[in-house]
Amino acid sequence: MTKPFPNQSGIYDVIVVGGGVVGCAMVRRFTLEGARVLLLEKSPDILSGASKGNSAILHTGFDAPTGSLELQCMKDGYQEYLQIHQKMSLPLLKTGAMVVAWNEDDLGKLQGIVEQAHANGIADVNLIGRERVRALEPNLAHNALGAVEVPGEFLIDPWSAPLGYLLQAMMHGAQVRFNTEVNGGYFDGELWALETTNGFVRGRTIINCAGLFGDVLEQQLLGASSFSIHPRKGQFVVFDKAAARYLGNIILPVPNERTKGIVLTRTVYGNLLVGPTAEEQEDRLHAGLDSDVLRQLVDAAVERIPALEGMPVTATYAALRPATEKKEYRVQRVEGKNWISVGGIRSTGLTAALGIARHVFSLYQREHTPVPAPILQWPTLPNLAEHLPRDYQRPGYGEIVCHCEMVTLREIENALASALPPGDLGGLKRRTRACMGRCQGFYCGARVAELSAGHLAIPLATGVCHEAH
Amino acid sequence: MKPIEVENIDVAIIGGGPSGLSAAMTLRKLGVDKVVVLEREPEAGGIPRHCGHPPFGLREYGRIYTGPAYARKNVAQALKAGVQIRVKHSVTQMGQGGRLEVVSPDGAQVIQARRVLIATGARETPRSARLLGGDRPLGVINTGAFQSYLYLEHLKPFERPLIVGTELVSLSAVMSCRRAGIKPVAMIEANLRATARWPLSLFPRLCGVPMHFGAQLLEIHGTGRVEGATVRLADGQTRTFDCDGVLLTGQFTPESSLVRLSDLRLDPKSGGPYIDQYGRCSDPAYFAAGNLLRPVETAGWSFREGHKIATMIARDLQGQLPAATPSIEIACKGDLKLCVPQCLSNSSVVGMQHLQLRVSRAVKGRLVVRADGKEIWSRAGSSLPERRLLIPIASLNLPQGVQQLEVDFVGQ
Ligand SMILES: Cc1cc2nc3c(=O)[nH]c(=O)nc-3n(C[C@H](O)[C@H](O)[C@H](O)COP(=O)(O)OP(=O)(O)OC[C@H]3O[C@@H](n4cnc5c(N)ncnc54)[C@H](O)[C@@H]3O)c2cc1C
Ligand SMILES: Cc1cc2nc3c(=O)[nH]c(=O)nc-3n(C[C@H](O)[C@H](O)[C@H](O)COP(=O)(O)OP(=O)(O)OC[C@H]3O[C@@H](n4cnc5c(N)ncnc54)[C@H](O)[C@@H]3O)c2cc1C
Repeated sequence: MTKPFPNQSGIYDVIVVGGGVVGCAMVRRFTLEGARVLLLEKSPDILSGASKGNSAILHTGFDAPTGSLELQCMKDGYQEYLQIHQKMSLPLLKTGAMVVAWNEDDLGKLQGIVEQAHANGIADVNLIGRERVRALEPNLAHNALGAVEVPGEFLIDPWSAPLGYLLQAMMHGAQVRFNTEVNGGYFDGELWALETTNGFVRGRTIINCAGLFGDVLEQQLLGASSFSIHPRKGQFVVFDKAAARYLGNIILPVPNERTKGIVLTRTVYGNLLVGPTAEEQEDRLHAGLDSDVLRQLVDAAVERIPALEGMPVTATYAALRPATEKKEYRVQRVEGKNWISVGGIRSTGLTAALGIARHVFSLYQREHTPVPAPILQWPTLPNLAEHLPRDYQRPGYGEIVCHCEMVTLREIENALASALPPGDLGGLKRRTRACMGRCQGFYCGARVAELSAGHLAIPLATGVCHEAH
Repeated sequence: MKPIEVENIDVAIIGGGPSGLSAAMTLRKLGVDKVVVLEREPEAGGIPRHCGHPPFGLREYGRIYTGPAYARKNVAQALKAGVQIRVKHSVTQMGQGGRLEVVSPDGAQVIQARRVLIATGARETPRSARLLGGDRPLGVINTGAFQSYLYLEHLKPFERPLIVGTELVSLSAVMSCRRAGIKPVAMIEANLRATARWPLSLFPRLCGVPMHFGAQLLEIHGTGRVEGATVRLADGQTRTFDCDGVLLTGQFTPESSLVRLSDLRLDPKSGGPYIDQYGRCSDPAYFAAGNLLRPVETAGWSFREGHKIATMIARDLQGQLPAATPSIEIACKGDLKLCVPQCLSNSSVVGMQHLQLRVSRAVKGRLVVRADGKEIWSRAGSSLPERRLLIPIASLNLPQGVQQLEVDFVGQ
């Protein structure tokens, strides 16, 4: 049985399905342009699909296919992030990157990489020799033969950024429904009625940002999908904070037919990570970890940075890329259906999201002209980045709950009481970093269970226990 | 921003567990004036705060306490001795010569101590660092967190966990489950025998918990909470246990993050700081004691170690410890996993009584010490992983001019 939302009888201009980074950026763009927008997300929180785990790199697009939509969106997304991040207190760590050649084969490809970067309009990309690599990154293994330097590749906070996009949209009137899965609907030539696990909602235009389920959604609602998703898993290993001092730049691999190669990079949280792998799989729900693969990642990291030998592992994670049968993004207007597909945002969506949203808005504008919202308001995101002042450095924080990541009681309480509170433990971790450090909740897990009780879809505790005193 | 003040004190103790509190009271009793314990939790006491079971404190206080009562007793004794205990104070950086960066809810602070004792203890290895496979659902936790759920927050993290490991702490986990009405589905151990000593190792079976030896946890399942765990059993078959949690016990690791972030030398084998027999680190302003030194000892041992190292610090403050260099390095060979201390000052001043060793697998044979390649000491015996293994330092009778020591377990 489905029934309408209690006080939601209105009609939305736009309904965005899917609260990944792309959906969050989409809601923001359309709301700031004056549209009445509703976001529907099946999980208890945003960023529960592909967007929950990535390398957190803000890419320049130096290696994207020249002339592609992906490149255009990456460049636009990159520019817009640089323009807005300070207004929302979102971090930017200007590391730069190096595409490092570890063998003669790689070395032979560097010139081509530089040429492509220049063709893509990334002019400051250049070739450097082994001496320069060693001078810039003295802790890299000495068999690095040379590199392409990409000064514009930066690191961002992959969770606070989309949260900020959505918060800003909400400040301008966007609405959000969690635990709401779209599983049917019909279009009467003018209006869509979407059937969800929480009742019907009506809107004029649907934007499909359903990530790993984008094709399924289209099969359900349009009868067919113009693309099909083939999930590609990426596993990561995160090393202890002590490891971050061994690296300055993001170390990218030279693309190669045989091995995908892995990235070594710091994070804005002060860790060092290695990954991701690229493993095709059918399963869209489970991003399982594989012990042997994790071990290989650790070994690969030690091979590239010998000082990592014996360095403790802080975290392991995996996420699925919503890849399709083609490399290019699958963004298109479905004629006569008031439907825009945003599919296959495979491995650059964090960077491109703001640009994709602009592009999709331009597709939409061909038919509609919303009224621009007059005054721009900006949310202030709590800072989680190590290189900027953290909450524990400001007196009056109550106590430090998570000692590994130095998360304060004040931060946790603020997150729980915020306009967009966490819906599950993952959401709380992404907003505060509690339980994400080297002990993974050994010291603070129980305290976090107590503090978050009553706030999360699945509580940490299964029950109370008065026996054990 | 107001400039950060520097506070000068005699001895700063990082960590208010059994070793830190014991050291603090000893220092005061030996006449050291300003002794400050910096403890990051809202209460001092360390791990015993959430070990809701006896026996603690028999040798220290002549009676048996539960963990929380023992923690309170240590705190009371330290306060009585005139120790300052500052809770909610986290040390964030250990600089050269005893300069500590500290944060508390009142603000950031710098403490310049004449000597620092690092006593930050040990914890268990979490799921991530074990590189375990499968999904990452709720309910995969260590014993330390489990005990905090039960004894500090009165909450249950699961109802039917699979318990991984058979160390002493694993058995106390079974005990805690029993008291909380939690029913473990099984207990698995990768080795062919329990790590804890018989007859304690019989305890889970007595509680009706099936035990599987030679069993390896392969994958954890579940998208929300744990829904199952797949294990490869000793006979090669895989079996998926229907459980709603995975309790990862033991595999202790020193909480040495401060050491890693400092200039102090770290011993990759023990995972703790590199020390001499006086507990002195590579920067002679720093000393270390307790389970930070090695995984893992009892509370009583840590307490006594804190006391011992405190007497060394008191002597050092009076200029009565030999210079830190030169010293004799100790190399671990064969199946010996670690040796603490990692070096010896060749001096007649007595420090720790023993070399503390651990083996990486079950061994039988001769424990041997060589000085510059020449055997100077040996003893026949056997040992198992995680078991205490000691060599009395005095019994080595080190010859003059030794450059290097080697400890080895020669198998039969
Ligand atoms: C391993 C890895 C590393 C990466 N590294 C980088 C990087 O360094 N830099 C970079 O720019 N990009 C990176 N990316 C890419 C980036 O993470 C993705 O492109 C991006 O997350 C895709 O976001 P999305 O919003 O399209 O999909 P998703 O995040 O999957 O969002 C889709 C959402 O839709 C919801 N949904 C699905 N179906 C329905 C339904 N029927 N009803 C309601 N809701 C529904 C889902 O629950 C989900 O929340 C990486 C990706 C991976 C996997
Ligand atoms: C789950 C678990 C169960 C155990 N059960 C038993 C048992 O039943 N019986 C037994 O004898 N032993 C047990 N142990 C062993 C335990 O390690 C010892 O009992 C004892 O607590 C060791 O004392 P310690 O002083 O070295 O460290 P801890 O007791 O661990 O104390 C270290 C203290 O340092 C503080 N600290 C750490 N870093 C900082 C920092 N940067 N700034 C300020 N403060 C800091 C911590 O908050 C903590 O209070 C158990 C250990 C664990 C992990």
